[in-house]
Amino acid sequence: MTQRTLIPAILFTLASVTATSSAMARDSIEVVGSSTVYPFSTVVAERYGRASGKATPKIESTGSGGGMKLFCSGVGSNYPDITNSSRRIKASEFKKCQTNGVTEIVEVQIGYDGIVIANSVKAEPMKLSRKDIFLALAAQVPSATEGELIDNPYTTWNQVNSALPNVAIEVLGPPPTSGTRDAFAELGMEGGCKKIAWIKAMKKTNKSAYKAICHTIREDGRYIEAGENDNLIVQKLEANPAALGVFGFSFLDQNADKVQGAQIESVEPTFESIADKSYPISRPLFFYVKKAHVGVVPGIEGYLHEFTSEKAWSEDGYLAEKGMIPLPDDERAAMAASTRGLVPMTGNEALN
Amino acid sequence: MTESANHLEKIKKSLSRRNRAEKRFRWYGRTAILIGLAAVLILFTDIVSKGHGAFRIAYIELEVTYDQDRIGVDNLTDPEELTRGNWEALSKTAMRTEFPEVSGRSDKRRLYGLISSGAGFDLKDRLLENPLLLGETERVWILADDDIDTYYKSWLDGEPYAARMSAKQLEWIDELHQQGKIRLQFNSNLFTRGDSREPEQAGIRGAVMGSLFTLILTLVLSFPIGVSAAIYLEEFAPRNRWTDFIEVNINNLAAVPSIIFGLLGLAIFINFFHVPRSVPIVGGLVLTLMTLPTIIITSRAAIKSVPPSIREAALGMGASKYQTVLHHVLPLSLPGMLTGAIIGMAQALGESAPLLMIGMVAFIVDIPGGFSDPATVLPVQIFLWADSPERAFIEKTSAAIMILLSFLIVMNTVAVWLRKRLERRW
Repeated sequence: MTQRTLIPAILFTLASVTATSSAMARDSIEVVGSSTVYPFSTVVAERYGRASGKATPKIESTGSGGGMKLFCSGVGSNYPDITNSSRRIKASEFKKCQTNGVTEIVEVQIGYDGIVIANSVKAEPMKLSRKDIFLALAAQVPSATEGELIDNPYTTWNQVNSALPNVAIEVLGPPPTSGTRDAFAELGMEGGCKKIAWIKAMKKTNKSAYKAICHTIREDGRYIEAGENDNLIVQKLEANPAALGVFGFSFLDQNADKVQGAQIESVEPTFESIADKSYPISRPLFFYVKKAHVGVVPGIEGYLHEFTSEKAWSEDGYLAEKGMIPLPDDERAAMAASTRGLVPMTGNEALN
Repeated sequence: MTESANHLEKIKKSLSRRNRAEKRFRWYGRTAILIGLAAVLILFTDIVSKGHGAFRIAYIELEVTYDQDRIGVDNLTDPEELTRGNWEALSKTAMRTEFPEVSGRSDKRRLYGLISSGAGFDLKDRLLENPLLLGETERVWILADDDIDTYYKSWLDGEPYAARMSAKQLEWIDELHQQGKIRLQFNSNLFTRGDSREPEQAGIRGAVMGSLFTLILTLVLSFPIGVSAAIYLEEFAPRNRWTDFIEVNINNLAAVPSIIFGLLGLAIFINFFHVPRSVPIVGGLVLTLMTLPTIIITSRAAIKSVPPSIREAALGMGASKYQTVLHHVLPLSLPGMLTGAIIGMAQALGESAPLLMIGMVAFIVDIPGGFSDPATVLPVQIFLWADSPERAFIEKTSAAIMILLSFLIVMNTVAVWLRKRLERRW
């Protein structure tokens, strides 16, 4: 008897599941992409949803690369409308988008994020240069003879630079899958690497070797991959005052009682120094919009309008409150105009 | 004579040695249990000490005037007009009335920073609930901003954390405290709201509903399929190479890392069948795949524990195989199967890795109302909060863990209770 009712019940459930799913059109915006932009886009989405009374956009944190992959897979309700990115779209990704029918992409730069190197407030504050960072963390460093590389021999900071304290090198940072790590390698490591003349000269002659030298971080246990969770790094720094940590500015901002940011080339990481670009390790943040979806998925225009409004992304806006560093006034006005006008990328931009 | 005395001597000697060995062995067992208990105790005290604060939250008492002109709304039934209303003006004006001496742009901004950014919308909801308030003035307890909440709690504990506060704000809070206009209340938002990026407005209702819908689907699909498979394999299937092969594979599936099921779900349900991402339907399907092996294995064990004499008696009375199974074996093994299903469900409730692949690890504010609304689940909510930079999310994370743990404890207790209650000993 049980079985007589059981089997139809299963069939019914399966049928209703497939029926509802295939018949469903999307009425809320889908956003994917960078975990760095995630804290900002979620705030905008929430405010937009509450103020407009419409469905709140759904935001997935997939990382910049993963987001681009989903975004560029095609046009239609199964693909996301917007992807966040903590770097500019790559030429290869742009091309992939084009071949999959995502021809019109609106690029929006929203502001900057600073990457800080911090230690516990219980320890002395560090004063580093990008060259110190490179020498302390690169897998291979120049030896005494010019043009020669050796495996990184440095074990304490004062071996790198005699002005630094005699403390063992121990840096907690993000793993290679993280956008923060990419930006740290590009802006921090490469920034220091360029200070060495003969390596800099290589950039023109042998770009891939140059990149390999500048971006490769040592793997002998001095640089510890601490996972994508920046809160975890803050906790570990608190427990171990001798260690340094690499993470986004907003985590420093929120935990000022526990950690302090190192000065880079005598510039302290503050809201102002990142905004006026005097702090050297900062990166631009973007999101990309599929123009073909505007008007089809309801609410995209409203979301863009909210994101590019002064109450959101200006110095006094609520995004600044969350730790995002805004664009300068004139750039912001131009960006707002081009975003609201839905001006697509031409394909002639200088992409990497 | 002497020989047997020697023998006795020998036994006596070895007896004390054997007794000692047994005593030692018992102590090993006790130590093992103590280590386990200590680990649980440390975990619980850590979570509770971090999370208990989240159940109370700071409110500020203000005098609110529902001024029609300031909001810019005449007709409270027109939804279009409601979206255009300037609701923040309500809370901002109330703040200015409380501190009339504050002037200057940046000071005013700091002043408005004392209360939650959603306070205006909360007042809107209050007004819509009771439209007679329009034009009236009343004293309302308004949600404080998360920085204020963190500071006020740490200040009450005697270790003030003021890094995110300005000197002026500290003065204002002190003033409010003197007048009794700031206090900690039970944090009902935690249980009634969906996710939010503002810690003071964030709640787990959305994640709880998402977990509920996902688990209902998982149970409805995996229990009947699992039980049918178990009955067939145990009672009807011939014993040959094929059934051996199937058995080995089911046992293997039970040990496959759960992320693999997520990848499978992505490839089959989303990419091939075009089920939308992030909805309980796809989550339920993936978790069904994951819990099926567990349910099949426990159900088979339950069927095996029914003594053969029952089957033989039924067959001897002329029942068919089908009747024997359905009328006797199944009812007798059902308690064991249910226990297995509950444990499988508890496992599915705590799972977040397979959901990563199918888009259920997402920021979703709206509380899901059905199987096809975007949703997230409890463990994912914990993961998302643990990853947020805002300080006040630390206690929220621990509170969410406490809530998840209490669900798990309830489910496991029910499983034990069912077993005790319905179990038949042969």
